[in-house]
Amino acid sequence: MTTPLILTERMTANRDDSHTIARYEATGGYEALRRGLGMTPAEVAATVKASNIRGRGGAGFPTGVKWGFLPEATRPRYLVINADESEPGTFKDRQLLERDPHQLVEGIILSAYALDVHHAFVYVRGEYPRPGRRVQRAVDEAYEKGYLGKDILGSGYDLEVTVHLGAGAYICGEETALLNSLEGRRGEPRIKPPFPAVEGLYAKPTIVNNVETVSNVPWMIRNGGDAYAHIGPETSAGTRMFSLSGHVVRPGNYEVVMGMTWRQFIYDIGGGIRNGRQLKCWIPGGASAPWFVPTQHLDLPVTIDDTGRNGSMLGSGAVVVMDETTNVVAAAHRVVKFFAHESCGQCTPCREGCDWLERILWRMLNGAGRPSDLDLLLDVCDNISPGLRWPPAQTTICPLGPSAVSPIRSIMTHFRDDVEAMVPGIVATSLEGVSVG
Amino acid sequence: MTVRSVDNVLAGWSAANRERATRLLASYPHRRSAVMPLLYLASMEHGHVTDEAMRQVAGLTGLTSAQVQSVASFYTMFKRNRVGTYLVSVCTSISCFLLGADEVLEAVEDAAGAHDGETSTDGLFTVEHVECLGACGGAPAVQVNYELVEGVEPDRAVGLCNWLRTSRPAVVLGDEMQSLFGGQRSFDWGPAENEGAVAPVPAFGPYGTVGREAR
Repeated sequence: MTTPLILTERMTANRDDSHTIARYEATGGYEALRRGLGMTPAEVAATVKASNIRGRGGAGFPTGVKWGFLPEATRPRYLVINADESEPGTFKDRQLLERDPHQLVEGIILSAYALDVHHAFVYVRGEYPRPGRRVQRAVDEAYEKGYLGKDILGSGYDLEVTVHLGAGAYICGEETALLNSLEGRRGEPRIKPPFPAVEGLYAKPTIVNNVETVSNVPWMIRNGGDAYAHIGPETSAGTRMFSLSGHVVRPGNYEVVMGMTWRQFIYDIGGGIRNGRQLKCWIPGGASAPWFVPTQHLDLPVTIDDTGRNGSMLGSGAVVVMDETTNVVAAAHRVVKFFAHESCGQCTPCREGCDWLERILWRMLNGAGRPSDLDLLLDVCDNISPGLRWPPAQTTICPLGPSAVSPIRSIMTHFRDDVEAMVPGIVATSLEGVSVG
Repeated sequence: MTVRSVDNVLAGWSAANRERATRLLASYPHRRSAVMPLLYLASMEHGHVTDEAMRQVAGLTGLTSAQVQSVASFYTMFKRNRVGTYLVSVCTSISCFLLGADEVLEAVEDAAGAHDGETSTDGLFTVEHVECLGACGGAPAVQVNYELVEGVEPDRAVGLCNWLRTSRPAVVLGDEMQSLFGGQRSFDWGPAENEGAVAPVPAFGPYGTVGREAR
């Protein structure tokens, strides 16, 4: 189930030095670069497109299609690697950055060559100094070896790479906020369109790709895009890093082929629930995703499309498992509190709404909930994300606000009794005018 | 606002940090992009992001100090007030919460003698709760000067604070803290490294904030 390994093979086989350039080169590293530089940029781009890989940052957009949005004529173009991993539950990129940074650097050089980019950036979240150090060292070593800089390996192709640390702002994982941050501004998302491919960093065409996405590129060049496309289900090609956390026996990162069921993932791979307890619910794709419950979702296949069709998303690949002892209102409060803290403050529905949601849940948790709070919660949610649909509508520039609605919709849909139990003296309320789920 | 020369603006800075500032400014196509790295450098020079620090960064990047302040105030890791020798950050987001992070935070507050968001009277500790640190597989997670420890139970968190108080490490090493006070990790970290933080600023080569300990 976990074969073939693409991203984690080297670090699994070489525990002590997978991050060093010596080990990287001794295990086939930078061979793909030599091969790629012998191809035309268009051929490298075609290989990535043929792989059918979908972006691993959260949105799941086909990478080859995204690359195709760059306008023909405008130069310079930029490539920005999103290493601002901060969706609660997600820690996969941290492992890729720390344990195999040269795999990413080689992927960056190949991708930049394909895109005719001559300056690439790696935006690493500020709370990841160790991953940042590892990538910076890999970049320095690549310069020394002639894999970066002027006339790379005699090809005539030039590339500079700058590693940039963030400073503690989840919203900078949103690509346009990231670009603003990289320009030395507040990390506030931009209105789209224009999309970054047309007008990105310094208003120039820019591709923003996730660490995991780009780390796959060397393998694609060595083995062919078609070989990648043939791994796993047709619309969820390739292997995928999942971060498993919460009340499971074996938390951790797992590189798996998509298509297994949630039951297999949580019980066979994750070892089931700690202390012999029962599964209550799980978040299938990071804090922004609506929750799944065993009675409805345990035997669904773990694919991008099956998860989307069933009212949630695979997102960043973060699976957070909660057992039967979990107070779901407290858990939802913690997720909402995150979004309230991380709202950039540009859009009123998100800035005010997330804060309201957080406060209402807080007073429910502290015995001061009011019977009207259930309606109020849904009303505020409806103002942030009208209709409470999936995928969510939004009244805001970016999806952060609607993300705070997910946990509330989840507990109101699946755990209504738990929510009502938090409010003293509640009588069965009717929720007029607001539909859930 | 005009851009002024590094030596002119940073007369009081160490030669090494003046040189770092010059290099950081040169590593971006536009000077403005160096605002965040320069704010980290300024934190090292001034202890935290002071008004003077923001004026200096403005002078280097061609921004107004109000623009620099708008950036500095947006990001939680730019500290505009004095920070203790050891910044202890306890993750209280969902995965850590599920595994007892609130109890860890309480234990840290007690052991450090500082409430969440405050600095102990002896100036040794600043305690804060933080949002997700990307260490969910090793919950509950704590950072000291942004160096990570995973699987920290409340009693181990107390031990960590007491150890910091008595041994006063000049370089905070993640592997050392992990071996003494950590537990479950998100993944195998691989071999221990001898690099870590010398201040409550991320330890990163271009900022000159990486400390090394001989092994």
